[in-house]
Amino acid sequence: MGKIVGLTGDETAAEAMRQINPDVLAAYPITPQTEIVQNFSQFVANGVVSTEMIRVESEHSAMSACIGAAASGARAMTATSANGLALMWEICYIAASYRLPIVMPLVNRALSGPINIHCDHSDSMGARDSGWIQLYSENCQEIYDNLIQAIRIAEDKEVLLPVMVTLDGFIISHAMERVEILEDEKVTEFIGEYKNPYSLLDVDNPVTWGPLDLYDYYFEHKRQQIEAIEKAGEVIQRVGKEFKEISGRSYELMENYRLEGADLVIVAAGSTAGTVKAVVNQLREEGVKAGLLKIRAFRPFPVREVSQALKNAKAVAILDRSVSFGAEGGPIFLEIRSALFEEAKRVPVVNYIYGLGGRDIGIDEIKAVYKNLERIAQTKKIEKLVGYLGLRE
Amino acid sequence: MKEKGWKEIPLGGLILEAGNAEKYATGGWRTYRPVRDEKKCNDCLLCWVYCPDSSIIVEEAKIKGFDYEHCKGCGICSAQCPKDAIEMVEETKFVLQEKGEQ
Repeated sequence: MGKIVGLTGDETAAEAMRQINPDVLAAYPITPQTEIVQNFSQFVANGVVSTEMIRVESEHSAMSACIGAAASGARAMTATSANGLALMWEICYIAASYRLPIVMPLVNRALSGPINIHCDHSDSMGARDSGWIQLYSENCQEIYDNLIQAIRIAEDKEVLLPVMVTLDGFIISHAMERVEILEDEKVTEFIGEYKNPYSLLDVDNPVTWGPLDLYDYYFEHKRQQIEAIEKAGEVIQRVGKEFKEISGRSYELMENYRLEGADLVIVAAGSTAGTVKAVVNQLREEGVKAGLLKIRAFRPFPVREVSQALKNAKAVAILDRSVSFGAEGGPIFLEIRSALFEEAKRVPVVNYIYGLGGRDIGIDEIKAVYKNLERIAQTKKIEKLVGYLGLRE
Repeated sequence: MKEKGWKEIPLGGLILEAGNAEKYATGGWRTYRPVRDEKKCNDCLLCWVYCPDSSIIVEEAKIKGFDYEHCKGCGICSAQCPKDAIEMVEETKFVLQEKGEQ
């Protein structure tokens, strides 16, 4: 039997990492990620893990150290937030293009400026084109489950890509919840061993990492990356099924919450999905056919699954916790609106930007969204394509 | 060298074979071509020592010429030659010559 414990999101991530027991952890502290590495360093100090911990001078170095370690055949991890991710930006692209399966919890925090330490998704959404797989977590349990699955997804031979597992800063990272922890041996067995076929330390089979790659081959290497992240969709589903066998909890690319016969659907990612579920339950009791589509994998984006889930809705609202300045709507909205273009029947879709810099979102705001969806479903008219939730005029 | 498709090449831009840079012709990058004056050259081989692209061809301690498939025209050989025996000549001159123009 595993155990049931009360842990914050950051403690949960550290606990998952203790069980993963990576060969190398290189990290630099940043709020609200700090407690992950702080807790993990305690495990290192107490000899509970055999991890080589590198205290680097910046996130740029953290990701660089992870790349060196992973290319040497080590299982490498780091963790960061917001500006930390921004500082490792350049190296994130390199990790993905070298096909190194580094796994990183990302505690979502607003990017400066003005400086802000609270949650929004501007950090991870900004890194959406870096070639990393992105899994969003709704609560502490999902952080734990996603991190363990992320190792398997990243290291799958058909994938070999880095994975970031996101958790909402403070809302989840510093909130204590009930978490089911598996036995250490079960996790060890589930994740298996990382074997890079081309280790830098394999002196009998020397290879060159990171050579110049110009107009004659760069494009082909990008095409390989496209193939890998497309394959990752199937691998995420397969690993989700296998994870159910050891945990009883199943995972897909996304979660359909009371979507059967739902006319009014909200799409959300991260902790807000939990609040939406509470509203859906209330509305269903009142006879309103409300539902939620929760995005788990944003990269790869499950285009077919999402349009399949939404095509029969009468009105859809997409909640985005980040802005794509100058675009007509947030990143998730743009993705879904594009996915629905292939459907014969036109589904009315609106976008709400919310929660920037940690602005709270509650039951009332979400109810107002469903109210608006009800109006759109009745009148078939969209008054405002992109709105702002919880913003003062 | 025939260029391969994306399914045939190693992942991540890895090079699995040591020393295969030789197969990659970089001479086309050159703007200035080193030309040796055999009368001035005393085969001291300093150019061979300095050349960053191993493009000075030497046989039995004598300079035989340049490997123009790999020489990028950096001019280091010309700069360090104690006898001033290597002149850097603009490539366009040779192109025009080949076309029979002045």
